Amino acid sequence: MIEVRNTSKSYGRTIVVDDVSITLPAGGVISLIGPNGAGKSTLLSIISRLLPMTAGTVTVDGMDVTTTPGDVLARRLSILRQDNQILARLTVRDLIAFGRYPHSKGRLTVEDRGHIERVIDYLDLGAVAHRFLDELSGGQRQRAFIAMVLCQDTEYILLDEPLNNLDVKHAVAMMALFRRTADAFGKTVILVLHDINFASCYSDRIVAMRDGRIAYEGPPEAIITTDVIRDVYGVEAAIHEIDGQRIALYFR
Amino acid sequence: MMGSAMTGRLALASAGVGLLAVVSLFVGVGDVTLASLSGDAGDSGQAAQILLISRIPRTLALILAGAAMAVAGLILQMLARNKFVEPSTAGTAESAVLGMLAVTLLAPDTPVIGRMLTASLFALGGTALFLAILRRMPLRSPLVVPLVGIMLGAVITAGTEFVAYRYDLMQSVRNWETGDFSGVLRGRYELLWISAALTGVAYVAADRFTVAGLGEDFTTNLGLNHRRVVSLGLVIVSLVTAAVIATCGMIPFLGLIVPNVISLMWGDNMRRSLPWVALLGAGLVLACDIVGRLVIHPYEIPIGTMMGMVGSGIFLYLLLRKNGHAS
Repeated sequence: MIEVRNTSKSYGRTIVVDDVSITLPAGGVISLIGPNGAGKSTLLSIISRLLPMTAGTVTVDGMDVTTTPGDVLARRLSILRQDNQILARLTVRDLIAFGRYPHSKGRLTVEDRGHIERVIDYLDLGAVAHRFLDELSGGQRQRAFIAMVLCQDTEYILLDEPLNNLDVKHAVAMMALFRRTADAFGKTVILVLHDINFASCYSDRIVAMRDGRIAYEGPPEAIITTDVIRDVYGVEAAIHEIDGQRIALYFR
Repeated sequence: MMGSAMTGRLALASAGVGLLAVVSLFVGVGDVTLASLSGDAGDSGQAAQILLISRIPRTLALILAGAAMAVAGLILQMLARNKFVEPSTAGTAESAVLGMLAVTLLAPDTPVIGRMLTASLFALGGTALFLAILRRMPLRSPLVVPLVGIMLGAVITAGTEFVAYRYDLMQSVRNWETGDFSGVLRGRYELLWISAALTGVAYVAADRFTVAGLGEDFTTNLGLNHRRVVSLGLVIVSLVTAAVIATCGMIPFLGLIVPNVISLMWGDNMRRSLPWVALLGAGLVLACDIVGRLVIHPYEIPIGTMMGMVGSGIFLYLLLRKNGHAS
């Protein structure tokens, strides 16, 4: 369980996250949605101790993220931010192997190697596993980064816009993989998503943010509604239920 | 992670460096040949003396300094996440020279180890300042980064030379700035073993530096303290640079071109690339020094000048290479 208590983040007089309190239970897929500048990415970075907070506390399974040793937290929670500029020439397999660092400290065990090969397989990276990151397409690179984080095999997996650079096929495969990670392995996957229909179709819970606060939270059927979307995004959307999935139409 | 094919190639490269080392033992003004070593008593005694006092120390110094400086460049590139950085484009070397000058002026009786440690403290400060400037720079174009380092170095050098000029120490400053192994004798190079030990430390911590090369967020995510990894790297780079400057003077470009060439061949996983960087560093310095001893025989071209020529050529090639991964 991740508990965020009265957490704020401000730069000078600009408040990015404004006194947020929320409890995210363990297990399942949780999506953070909201317009640009709503504070989603900042909140994710604070939870994963990449960014110090101005006020408040965040605990992961009771461990305060600001005081818990980094390597302890790294075995419980993993994070991938968006726009990763990696300049180092590493092979895909080497990068993914570094996901085992919190467990093995660089000395890979048989179990570690099993994790690495499994993740390469899941993310369909076998054909490029020996290639250097700077020789890949944007989508392949994004999948390699996600593979590294999944290889970390943590209870909580936080991903900031993981569908960036992915085509429709890989985006769907990726969301299905997150679903399976949650269902079959009992992990908690927390995503920042731009596409509200992906959030609607794959999430157990959706948290909608606006102006640094949490505006709404609940299951997809409570969030993907004309009223909530108008309030959060300022957009008129018609909601259609197709094959049991709630789809928001806002294209015209 | 090291395959047997890799190990075989490494053994081959080591043999190449070994061969250069043997050549280095027999090249010079003094007559040292297998014949003179095994000849009659007087001759062989003198040849053996030259070998023990001059040639072996010089060869060892070349290997140790070359390997350590190349590895220092590699570490600095990982920490700054920039392929164009090395101790002489990050303010490290210039700060170390300033440190040598300071200790020469203020405490001239300090033993050489004390001088080196003072120089490494200055180097540490200068490099930390460089990294602090980088962190505050909004636009981090890869080419601007070394320019900032070179400017910082030039400012420090201006201060150094101003003081040195007033106290008539320009000659010493030039010696520290320009690498030259002709003065290396037994008893005057042993500091370099410290840099060899530090290269070993770098190998042990290789995974940490590779992770740091992925950026602060990745480092934190993998449970490492980014600040601590950077500090360890800075201490290694500063001590190595200071040791090399205190014993034989700065070797420019080495830390820049060697890691870049190896990165093109083997990538940036330091666990794998560090032995290669060390070997190529040692080999290149040996080769440049041997050529420097031969071209204007019986005189010598100092290694700083040789490396400056060879290094700037290779550097230009790396810069102009199409789709250069470094830029």
